[in-house]
This record gives sequence, C-alpha cells and structure tokens, in this order.
Amino acid sequence: MNKKTVLILACPVVLLLMSLKTAFVPIQVQLPLTDSLKRPAKFGFGRPATAQEIAAWDIDVRPDGKGLPAGQGDVKKGRVLYAQKCAMCHGVDGTEKPGVKLLGNALVGDTSATSKPKTIGNYWPYATTLFDYMRRAMPYNLPGSLSNDEVYSITAYLLNANKIIKADVVLDAKNLYKVVMPAKKLFIMDDRKGGPEIK
Amino acid sequence: MEKRDNKDQKRATGKISRRTLLGGVIAAAVLPVQSLFADEKLSENSILPEVADDPTKIVGPGPSPLGKRSPFEQPVRKASDISSRTPLQDLHSTITPADLHFERHHAGIPTIDPTKHELLIHGLVENPMKFTLADIKRFPSLTRTCFIECAGNFRTGKAEMTPQDILGLTSQSEWTGVMLSTIFNEVGISDKAKWFLAEGSDAAVMTRTIPIAKAWDDAMIVYAQNGEAIRPEQGYPIRLLLPGFEGNMNIKWLRRIELSEEPYMTREETSKYTYPVKDKIRMFSFELDARSIITYPSYPQKVNKGWVEIRGIAWSGRGKVEKVEVSTDAGKTWQLANLQEPVLSKAHTYFRYLWDWKGEATEILSRVTDETGYLQPTLAQLAEARGVNLGGYHMNPITAWQIKNDGTVLFKPETIK
Repeated sequence: MNKKTVLILACPVVLLLMSLKTAFVPIQVQLPLTDSLKRPAKFGFGRPATAQEIAAWDIDVRPDGKGLPAGQGDVKKGRVLYAQKCAMCHGVDGTEKPGVKLLGNALVGDTSATSKPKTIGNYWPYATTLFDYMRRAMPYNLPGSLSNDEVYSITAYLLNANKIIKADVVLDAKNLYKVVMPAKKLFIMDDRKGGPEIK
Repeated sequence: MEKRDNKDQKRATGKISRRTLLGGVIAAAVLPVQSLFADEKLSENSILPEVADDPTKIVGPGPSPLGKRSPFEQPVRKASDISSRTPLQDLHSTITPADLHFERHHAGIPTIDPTKHELLIHGLVENPMKFTLADIKRFPSLTRTCFIECAGNFRTGKAEMTPQDILGLTSQSEWTGVMLSTIFNEVGISDKAKWFLAEGSDAAVMTRTIPIAKAWDDAMIVYAQNGEAIRPEQGYPIRLLLPGFEGNMNIKWLRRIELSEEPYMTREETSKYTYPVKDKIRMFSFELDARSIITYPSYPQKVNKGWVEIRGIAWSGRGKVEKVEVSTDAGKTWQLANLQEPVLSKAHTYFRYLWDWKGEATEILSRVTDETGYLQPTLAQLAEARGVNLGGYHMNPITAWQIKNDGTVLFKPETIK
C-alpha cells in the first residue's frame, strides 16, 4: 500500500472517529470510577469453597470469643513454654530492663496507662487478640508451630505476669474472652473527619 | 551481561567483533558499581564506567532483553530490618519505579507460586468461594494511580536528613486489578456484614479488619503495578488496595477475606497501629491526612544564587490536593505553587514554585490544603491537638528546610517537649 492509498482509506475512518468522539464525549465525562457499564448479575468465575478449606484457614478469634478452639492452658505450663519459646526475644520475664535491647517487644509491665513501654498490661485492649496473634505469628522463628493448648498456656502466663488473672486460672474457650483488659477503657475510635479541624 | 557477551564471543567466527569487544569493556567497567549496589554501600566515590570523549565516534552495545538504569544514576532504597524507604529526592515526578517502592514487612516476603495461589472469601456471604489468580484476572479490570503510605512515616532528630530519611515510607504506583465490590457481588454479601477481615499469606499471617463501606467505595484487589505483575515485596501475586488508608491495611499476599458483623481487634489494629491522643488511645485511624514535602532543594543538595525551582509532592488520603503553598521566608508569607495536572484523588501531586534566591539564609517550607479544607498542620499544632506524648503514627507536620548563606540545605528538626 503506498502512502496515498493509506491516506485515502484513513480519511473516512478519521471522520467516523471524529463524529463518534463528538457523540460520546458527554458520556465519557460522566463515567463513574467503575470498570464496566454493563455487567451480568454473576460472572460465574471462581468455585464454591468447601467446609474443610474454610476450616484450614479460618484461624481468627474475635473479642466475643468466636473462633476460640477447644483446649486449655494454665500459668504453670505457660511459664515453662515462655522460657523455651519466647524468652529469647521478649526477655527472661518479659520486662524491659535498662541497658538490655530486646529483639521483640516487652510484654510485661504494670497496668498504669501512662507507664512505658507499651505492654499487654497497659496497651492491649482484648485478651482474645493475644491468642489470635500468638497462634498465627509466633514464635517469630517458627510461626504457626504452637498447639492450641500451648497458646492457651502462654496466654495464661502472660496475663498472670501482667497481674490481670490469678495464678490458678485455667484458660479455655469459655473464659478467655471474658477477661477484662485494663487498657480497654483507654481506646477510642478515630474521630478525625477531614475538614479544617486538626485532630 | 558477562554471560551473554561470552556467548557472543564464541559465536564470532575467529575474531572478536568491535561491538562485542566494546560491550565487554563497558560490562567490565560497570561491574564495580553493580557490586557496590549489592552491598548497599554506594557513595559519591563509586567507580563509573570509562567514557569516550566523543560518544558519536563509537558504536555502543545493542539491544538487550532487560533494560537497566544508566550507571550514572544510582537511586536506592534505604533498608532497615523491617522496612526500606523510597529515595523521594531522586524522583522527578509522582510514579515510583517499582523497584524503589517502599517496603514494610511484618515477617518477611513469602515466595508464592501464582498457579497455586487462591483467595478464599467466606463468613457473612451467600456463597463462600475460592478464586484462583486466573479467576481474579478474568473479572473486569481497572487501573488507578494512588499513593500508599505507612502510618509510621515520620522521622526527625538531626539536620542531616534527606526526604527519604524523614518520610520515605510513601510511594505511588499505577495499580491494576479488580474492584473489590465486583468480587463481593460475585459471592453475595449479607446485609449483616459491617466489616471484613483481610489476611495475608506471609509468616505473620497479617490481618486487619476494614469497614465494609470501603469495599463498596474504592477498594481493589490488584495484581499489577506500573503495568507489570506486582513485585514480591508488594504482595505478589495479589494485594488489597485501599486508596488513602494507612499502608498496613493494604494487605499483601492476600489469601482470605472474612465478612463479619464486628471488627476482629487484631494485634495490628489494637496494640500496634494506634496512638495516644491526650489521655486516650486512638484506634481505627484509616485515612492519612494531607501532607507535603519539598524534595528539591533538600539535604544534602546545595543551591546557587539566582532562580531555583522549588519542587515537591503533596497528597491526601481524603481526596484531591486543593492547593499547595510555599514559603521562602520561614513561614512568614506563603505563595501558591503550581500543581502538575492531572491532580488525582488520593495521589501524590507534584508541585513547583519558582524562587529567586538572593543568597540570604532562610527557611523554605510547603503546606498543602486538601479538598475537605484540611490544612497541613505544624508539629506544634499536632501536639496541641493530641498532647505532647505524640506516638509515631499519623504524623504529617509541615517540613522545613534551612538554607544557609553558602547554599547548603539542611533539614530543620523540631521538638515539642
């Protein structure tokens, strides 16, 4: 195709495109942030998830206790497990000591709101979060390796060390979510809304 | 590069071609720079390639399968154990090259086989479902440019700090994926669902709960960044994208979403990404308030007398940047900066202001106003609103640079106590 032929063929196309553009510009301008204008009720992509697949991944625990598994643990067992699996990063007794740099966060302190550092006693609003987080992510070098009983025991030990539960409490799915954390009363939902006020 | 050149040499019949020889010479000359890259010990003394006096007299190497930066350009992230920072001072517009996007990991970067990766959606839904990456890519797609910023993006303390040091935990990409609302429509969401939990498949099995309104608004599941598959450190093969929300909520390596009546109160949203406000602790702080920074001139650059184009970026997690003002007299007076069009919602916006520097010592600052009418505060204003025990999260104070008589530029670290 020589240059001239291309030009002659292109002209009507350009004219057509120009008229289309004029016709459609008002609609284009009003396009909402969406991916498609026409769509089916369902695309039919994906497949149903089986109960087993959901159970394998559904490890979350809510503040109302939903998701807490069977099993139990106590402070005594927790103390031993803590020494074996946690102390190397969080310190021998979970407290921050002058001149010692912990690899992980200090976990044990008093329950006064203004005291430092942030610990379970003064900065964790829900006991269920301890169970959830430890089971999914701890110990750092062997994440997801703790049994449910072990997580209950270490939770019991840490709550006792922070003076939140007594030494003889046996924790399970029926009572862990009932533990009231000292820091809960401090937490407020975000109240920033944009606009001129600095919050 | 070396390997290819060796192969080329073998192919050459008996003699080495001029092009191969030159390619080899350049490869050898560039090598020291690359090894320095690997060690992250770049300095101004890096060895640069030998350059001919007249490049028009030498035919350079030909095309290659993968491009790379000029050896004269060495932008690098600054890495710690848990994060790395974008070199904002090295960028000339608002898209962050994917390999310079900031990182923040809670238990390292997982290696995920994209052919095996699946997303599970369950909880308060009509049909609990699993989607493969291929399924997700079949849905109608959308591309959106926005920033992601870590909630803890604030450092201060000394004058010798670059924009990267101060707030390098913000980056911008052009993200492509599917609207979360499209996927939610596919599974059918119960009216009772008010929140959704998003979970990653990293070793932290990172979780955050997000209000369902964000899903119907502008949340996306993205698989591409600046046109290509997202980087492993950005969540390959899929991540959640919540434009304007604090970085950690944009769950990477996304594998599960569970719909719920109430928030899960995960560790990240209770004892981690929260901060003191007077005698309380503020939680579920989603939107990042408006912020700006001058990236040129900044430490360790120097300015010369005469015209200086002050440049920088401004952004807001609540919408568009309305205006940016620049002060060249330590905050006494403010002038409007030019904004680079198009100004996008929840996106880094480039600004410029032309300044005739006479050589006097001064301070230069920028402040942004977003479309909600929010004006970027000073550190003192933040302390007044939240109390002097400011945590490190959601800090967006005005950043000032000191200009010395000799043109030296230094950060102005401020304290509140």
